[in-house]
Amino acid sequence: MEKIDVVIVGGGLAGLSCAYALAGEDLTVLVLERGDFSGSKNVTGGRIYLGPIRNLMPDLWEEVPFERHVAKEALTLMAEGSSTTFQLSSQKMNQRPYPSYTILRSRFDRWFADKVMGKGVYIVPEKRADDLMLEDGKVVGVKTGEEEIGAEVVVAADGVLSFLAEKAGLRKPFEPQHLAVGFKEVIQLPREKIEDRFGLMGEEGMAHLFVGSLTKGMMGGGFLYTNLESISLGMVIGIDAINAINKREPREEVYRLLDEFKESPEVKKLIQGGTLVEYSAHVIPEGGIGVIPKLYSDGILLVGDAAGFGLNMLITVRGMEYAIASGVMAAEAIKEAKQKGDFSARGLAHYEDLLRNSFVLKELETYRHALSILKNPKWFNYYPQAVCELYEKLMWIDEKPKVKLSSTAYGELRKNLLTLQGMKDILSLRRI
Amino acid sequence: MTIEEKLAQDAFKNDEASHITLDQSVCKDCRERFCIYSCPAHLYSLNEETDQMQVEFAGCLECGTCMIACIYGSITWNYPRGGFGVQYRYG
Repeated sequence: MEKIDVVIVGGGLAGLSCAYALAGEDLTVLVLERGDFSGSKNVTGGRIYLGPIRNLMPDLWEEVPFERHVAKEALTLMAEGSSTTFQLSSQKMNQRPYPSYTILRSRFDRWFADKVMGKGVYIVPEKRADDLMLEDGKVVGVKTGEEEIGAEVVVAADGVLSFLAEKAGLRKPFEPQHLAVGFKEVIQLPREKIEDRFGLMGEEGMAHLFVGSLTKGMMGGGFLYTNLESISLGMVIGIDAINAINKREPREEVYRLLDEFKESPEVKKLIQGGTLVEYSAHVIPEGGIGVIPKLYSDGILLVGDAAGFGLNMLITVRGMEYAIASGVMAAEAIKEAKQKGDFSARGLAHYEDLLRNSFVLKELETYRHALSILKNPKWFNYYPQAVCELYEKLMWIDEKPKVKLSSTAYGELRKNLLTLQGMKDILSLRRI
Repeated sequence: MTIEEKLAQDAFKNDEASHITLDQSVCKDCRERFCIYSCPAHLYSLNEETDQMQVEFAGCLECGTCMIACIYGSITWNYPRGGFGVQYRYG
C-alpha cells in the first residue's frame, strides 16, 4: 500500500501546530479536518497564555488575530445576596510582549490553518476520520468513508473525545469525574461600550472569573472575557458534579444556570444591550496527570486534548498552550523517527521525553492533586458565602453602636474558618 | 431568551441521520436521566406518548457531555459526518 509520512487527524491547535512544525521538512503531511474549516468545531473560554509557547513558533506570533491582551484580572466570590470582587490591574501584564490574550477559536484556528497551508501543508476540510487502519496491531493509517489513507504515523489531534485514542487502545473509557463541560455565549457589544464598561483603553482586555453560588455547590465557575467587539460569557462545571446534584430533587438543568448567571446583578449590567451571536459548548479534560492516556504506540501519537492535556488550576483552566506545545513536540519526535526510519513505539518514544522535560507534563505533575481538592463542594458554596458575609458585616453600620472590627472578624472567622474542618480545608490547599 | 432561540443563532448543517443513538432498553430502567440535565443544549426529553427518551440531534453542539454523563452506556455518539453539524463562527 502507498503511504504518506504523516496524517494528522484534526485541524485544531494541536494538529495545526504539529503540521506547522513539520512543514518544510522532507515529509509528506496531510491534515484532516471534519468541519467546514479549521476552527469550525473548536471552542475556548477563552484566553491563551503566550509565555510558555512563544519560543516554540517564534515567527508565528506577529499579527495574530487575537482579541485583547489581558491587562485586568478579576475574581468574584458569589454569595446569596452579595458578592466580593478582587481585581488586579497590572502594568506588567500591560507591557509588550503581552503574556496573555483573549481569543475566539473559530477566527484564530482559521487564520492559523491559512498559515499552515501557506507553508505547503494540505488541509482537507469536511473529512472525518472514521477508524484506524491496523496491521499486526500497528497503526498504518486512517479510514475516512470509503477511503483509506496509509501513513507511517497518525497524529491523533481529534480533541478531548478522541475516538482514535480509544480505537488504538490508548485511553480508558470516559469517567464523569475527569471531565467538565464548558458552555458559553458570545455577546456582541460595540467596542466603546466594552472599553467604558470595563475601564479598558485601546486593546486592553479583562479576564473575570466567578465562583460561588452560581454553580449551586457544583465544582466549577463562571467566566467573562472581553473580546474586541464582544464578550465571552460562560460557565464550566464538572460532569460528575452535575450528575451528583441530579440524583435527587430538586434537579438542575445545567443550561439554565447560565441564564441565571446572566440575570445576576454582577453580570446583568455588564452585558446590557448586547446581542447574543453564538452559543457553544465543549468538554474539557480535567482529570490531570493521573488519568492521561498512553501517549504513543506503534504508528500513532496523541496530542492536545486527545492526550488529556488540560488542567483546572483553580485560578484558570489551561489547555491551548498544551495543545500547541504537544503538537510541536510530536513534530520533533516524528522528524527524528523519520531520520531513523523507525515509526514504531520505540522510534516515537522521544515524544514523551520532550513532554516530560517541558512545562506540559511538569505542570500537570505539579497540579496532580488539584482536582481532588476542587472536589470539596465547600469551595463553591460555603466559603464564598462566608467571605461575603464577613465583608458585609464589617461594612455594616446601623442604629446600634458599632462593635469592634476585630470582634466582628474574629466571630466570623471562628464560625467559618477556625474550625477543625476549616483548618483541614485550608491545609488541603498546600497541595496545589 | 429560550434555549431554542439561543441555538437559532448558531450555524448548523444537519445530516439526515442522527449521530446520536439511544438504547431504549437501557433508558427504560434509568431513573436519573442524567442526559436531560447535563446537555447544555437541552436536547434530551422523555416522549410522554411513547414513554421513550428522545434526542434532537439537529441542535447538537458536539460537546459529548451526554455520553460521558450517561454512566449506563445508553448513548452511542459519534461526530457528525465530515462537513455536517454545528459550524462555529466565533468559538
